[in-house]
Amino acid sequence: MTLEAAIRPQRTHPKTFAVKAATMLTQLVVPIVVGGYTILDDGDLADLLTYFLPLIVVVIGLQFVLAYLQWTRLTYEVRESDIRVESGLLSRAARSVPYERIQDVSVEQKLIPRLFGLVEVKFETGAGGGDDLKLAYLTEAEGDRLRDTVKARREGREVSEAAVEVEVERAEANVLFAMPPRRVLTFGLFEFSLAVVAVVFGAVQQLDFLIDFDLWDIDEWQQRLAGPEQYLAGLGPLAQFVGIAAGVAALLAVGVTTGIVRTALREWNFLLERTETGLRRRRGLVTRTDVVMPIHRVQALRLKTSFVRRLFGWYGLGVVSLASDSASANHEAAPFARMQEIEPIAATTGFALPSGEMCWNRRSAKASVDGALINLAFTGAIAIPVWLFSPLWWSALVPLSIGVLGAVREYYLYRFDRHSLGDRFIYSRHGWLAPKTTIGSRVRFQSVEIKQGPLAKLRGYAVLKLGLAGGTFEVEAMPVEQAQRWRSAILDSIATTDFSQMLERKPSDAQV
Amino acid sequence: MKARAVLRSYDGMEDQPLTPLDPAYASMLRLQFAIVALVLLAGATGAEIAIPGYTGAVWIPVIVFSLWLLIRMPMRRYAARGYSLAEERLRVVRGILFRSDTVVPFGRVQHIDVNQGPLERLFHLATLTVHTAGSHNASVSLPGLAQEDAAAMREEIRAAIRRDTQ
Repeated sequence: MTLEAAIRPQRTHPKTFAVKAATMLTQLVVPIVVGGYTILDDGDLADLLTYFLPLIVVVIGLQFVLAYLQWTRLTYEVRESDIRVESGLLSRAARSVPYERIQDVSVEQKLIPRLFGLVEVKFETGAGGGDDLKLAYLTEAEGDRLRDTVKARREGREVSEAAVEVEVERAEANVLFAMPPRRVLTFGLFEFSLAVVAVVFGAVQQLDFLIDFDLWDIDEWQQRLAGPEQYLAGLGPLAQFVGIAAGVAALLAVGVTTGIVRTALREWNFLLERTETGLRRRRGLVTRTDVVMPIHRVQALRLKTSFVRRLFGWYGLGVVSLASDSASANHEAAPFARMQEIEPIAATTGFALPSGEMCWNRRSAKASVDGALINLAFTGAIAIPVWLFSPLWWSALVPLSIGVLGAVREYYLYRFDRHSLGDRFIYSRHGWLAPKTTIGSRVRFQSVEIKQGPLAKLRGYAVLKLGLAGGTFEVEAMPVEQAQRWRSAILDSIATTDFSQMLERKPSDAQV
Repeated sequence: MKARAVLRSYDGMEDQPLTPLDPAYASMLRLQFAIVALVLLAGATGAEIAIPGYTGAVWIPVIVFSLWLLIRMPMRRYAARGYSLAEERLRVVRGILFRSDTVVPFGRVQHIDVNQGPLERLFHLATLTVHTAGSHNASVSLPGLAQEDAAAMREEIRAAIRRDTQ
């Protein structure tokens, strides 16, 4: 296809109609089966066929005609300065999106379109909500071409087919991070979710009428496990233990399997590449997603881990980007990686990871003391009347232990929370069991706020909140003088770059 | 004046003094609180009628609270707020118990609103709102400006933005 053809209004791929029909049919199958089942209960199959089959055929037929007419009336046009989509059968809608406002172009393949080799192209404008421009469905090649065209137009370059081809080829060579099946499965093991176990547990309780014995009756379990010979039952406590262990093992197996399946579906063949302008991420087993994150739009990095993951040395790297305020844009650059794998990715985005010789600041000790005391006072106020008046005096230990846990958390936060103001970047590590490090660039903040509650005012600490496009950057419990020093330093950095410069600057000369 | 002393003690580190809001803002707050007080008094009267024998058990606390609301509260709120436009930055300070001190550099302002509610129009006041691209502090509002001041501030910020983008 030549560029000339692209400038005229175009329709989406003719197979779109087939994909929509197939999707519709799969959606209709369930109601038809359910409806058919209830009606068939009455018996007469011949009656059913004469009355209902034509009705169903007519309804489906009408839907097909409607889908076809809608398809004929939807056109898109790649113009000099914007992309325009006109649609609508009775009421016409025309939407124009200028290239300057397109933050990200993502290409998504759901299961059914994938069978037809089609993709859905989404132009994210950062408008928030569901106001993004979507084109469903185009061929894979057309999707790629469209994305490259938009990218090139935004940067004011002339596009020729050849240039695009070269860029795609070069992109293949620059793999930053990939997850082979083995890694994905390991990741799945760590994604073991207690929440799922709880849901299964609850569901079993809800559905226990389906099981013909009382789930919570240990004796019953004993009998079942024992079998006809009553061998295990004779062993008494051992049988009880075996019963409980079997139940726990079953729940754990459910949790682990769910974790692995969910992760495999989402992360299969994870591939992060360096392209000319940004990072390109492809992943997914059934639904394959393809997202480009332009590097000069990266606002901050997030380095995450979890309590267990940290013990095994696994970390995740996320990218806060301008377009990520639309909820669908999930910008994980490396969800499950070793530190040495994350380093080159961070370097590519132009951000520096925290290094050993940096000067770190602690959070205000006063804030931790206050937090711990408030925790203890509050839970103590609950515990004392419980201890005095409850017949079960030891139940006062529950609020007390929560209070002590809260106080321990405050101590840990004081010990391990860190923040640092570098020449170009700001670092903040916050968290108790699973600390999260956020790396922000000094010039990329939008506003600076210092907040103080009554106690904080009295004791001289504050929360520093920095406005960040697509995310938040917050340092809590900072001594107030330090917060003011940081504020003037950051404001001085911000003053050196205007917002529009920050957006349109090419990655090569980006001053991150 | 006491108001300024409160502001200074907070930002001892910051050398720029804050501009207080238009004095009419205190009057407008008083009118706002008077409406609230009227509603409260009406409710209290209803309660007094419902409770047999006019004890004043509801009336007295509500009257005391209303007086505090009318006499003390407007001045306190007025005194707690201030702004500054120095060094191409909009700084908004507010809050009596929970203080907040927000700075938005002109270079990060996306667009600017000047709004006037019915009460504000009565007192010739306006609210200036600047919008940023950040998720936190996506819009920062500064109420209680004289109408002309708000318009002038908008022009100043807009001029600064245009200068930067050229």
